[in-house]
Amino acid sequence: MGQFVVRRVLSSVVVLVLGSIVVFLGIRALPGDPALALAGESADPAVLAAIRRQYGLDQPWPIQYIHYVAQALQGNFGISTVDQIPVSQILAERIPVTLEIAFLAILVGILIGVPAGVISAVRQGKLADYVATGLGLVGLSVPHFWLGLLGIWIFAVHLRVLPASGFVGLAEDPVENLRRMVMPVLVLGTGLSAVLMRQSRSALLSQLSEDYVRTARAKGLPHRAQVRHALRNSLTTVTTVLGLQLGGLISGAVVTEQIFVIPGFGKLTVDAVLQRNYPVIEGVVLVTVSGYVVINLLVDLTYAWLNPRLRLTGGDS
Amino acid sequence: MSQVGLATAAPVVRVSQGRRLRRRFLRRPMAVIGLVLVAAFVLLALVGPLVSGDPLAQDFGARLAPPSAHHLLGTDDLGRDVFARIAHGARVSLLAGVASTALAVVVGVPIGLGAGYFRGWLDSAIMRLNDVLLAFPFLIFAVGLAAILGASLRNVVLALAIAQLPSVIRITRGEALVLRDQDFVSGAVADGARPITIMFRYLLPNSLNALIVQATVAIPGAIIGEAALSFLGLGVQPPTPSWGVMLTTAQQFLAQAPQLAIFPGLMIALATLGFNLLGDGLRDVLDPRSH
Repeated sequence: MGQFVVRRVLSSVVVLVLGSIVVFLGIRALPGDPALALAGESADPAVLAAIRRQYGLDQPWPIQYIHYVAQALQGNFGISTVDQIPVSQILAERIPVTLEIAFLAILVGILIGVPAGVISAVRQGKLADYVATGLGLVGLSVPHFWLGLLGIWIFAVHLRVLPASGFVGLAEDPVENLRRMVMPVLVLGTGLSAVLMRQSRSALLSQLSEDYVRTARAKGLPHRAQVRHALRNSLTTVTTVLGLQLGGLISGAVVTEQIFVIPGFGKLTVDAVLQRNYPVIEGVVLVTVSGYVVINLLVDLTYAWLNPRLRLTGGDS
Repeated sequence: MSQVGLATAAPVVRVSQGRRLRRRFLRRPMAVIGLVLVAAFVLLALVGPLVSGDPLAQDFGARLAPPSAHHLLGTDDLGRDVFARIAHGARVSLLAGVASTALAVVVGVPIGLGAGYFRGWLDSAIMRLNDVLLAFPFLIFAVGLAAILGASLRNVVLALAIAQLPSVIRITRGEALVLRDQDFVSGAVADGARPITIMFRYLLPNSLNALIVQATVAIPGAIIGEAALSFLGLGVQPPTPSWGVMLTTAQQFLAQAPQLAIFPGLMIALATLGFNLLGDGLRDVLDPRSH
């Protein structure tokens, strides 16, 4: 296990370093001279040289990269060009909003997806299975942003029971916050539940056909107990799927926040691109990639902890 | 020696296998529904724009009009025919889905085959780079790319292709790793065949099933991806009709003209559902191992 943890952590570090190089080079690939952008078109060469020296732009790229990583590790991502606020401060305001949506969406996804998958697997070939599988496929095919628009049309325009958009902080007014979260969270969570439903169904089905379940059946163990044994072993798959779905969840949050005008991380990203606010884009991408890699690392370690066979082989699949 | 025998026997085997696969496919009603939906979508994309009229022509007398004989699906806020825009949008969707998947396959298959065939340090290096690509959630990557290269259909296709690359490489590599150890490949190696011949004549044809299944999964993902990016204003730019762009407009007129939101979204959902059903069916028929 110790060796597995070390290897897995090392490979995550490699991915992080390479990922940060991609972000660094991506921003440097932008057309235009940053010194010129800071000083204005008519600046004289001495001023430009001074700015280049001040920001380290006269250094070779590897040195610039190391400087950049050192700054990022201290939480310094530069200053937003639109409102002159430090990017780290903007991120600190926006990330909790998205984390709340993501957390609630995962909750909805699990609460709907896993039981639906279990019912569907246990009643394989019966009506309940067809209904669950069919809904799962539809859930997989319907784009969330369309579901969001339909939600606004039905619940905000017609029934007038939920607000069409807007956000209230959790600390300000928890009840109003949750009321405004209902639609975004359902939109994001139902998409996730479709994936979880399909995965937990197939995981449980494959466990139910294993020898140990057959032995349990031969011993005369009641059906419920057989399912319980198989379910425990299929839950590891669900953990992995959740880890893999995280990227989709982040992408989904970007779109959902845009529809419901929620000032989270995703809306920040889209606005930053539309306003060409490069320090913010850079910070957003770097933080997302790091968070994503770290969470996947945690998921893999949890998986190894839940599944002893993986601890020994090192889990290179 | 044995290869000569195999080569002559192959056509006979393949014909009957093809027929058997087709029968197995046609026995699955859901897969057939998927095929019909996909065919209808492709037909709409290819033929629709020829009969639908101009998607940019404005009928000022009929803004936000409901469906009628004159405007089959109604008109948008600028009096443009929604059916014409849907038909032209189908082309954009199909192009984004197919072109990005094709690009990912053309680039990813040789890389995956190389990794699986040569193994060793090359394989490790490729798989590490693959992990780096996987570390970028799709929309975050696409948004970054749009920031650097600008928002356009071409850049959307590029972003979608890069996003699909890791799975294409992973799948091709996995197939190559398994096939590499089989007797017919060892035979070819012993026979002095060059690596490139082995990869493309022996490994690739035998990985096709897995790749076809992957493509049917990737295309609907790419269709939704294009629509999402265009919806955010980071993809296809107005006035070019794209289903995503149409939904952006629709959001402003949800109260007056909900049909503007219903039709493009329904099209995305049906096209995606078609590919998903087709993909499930093809997986059952072509790649039973994956279950």
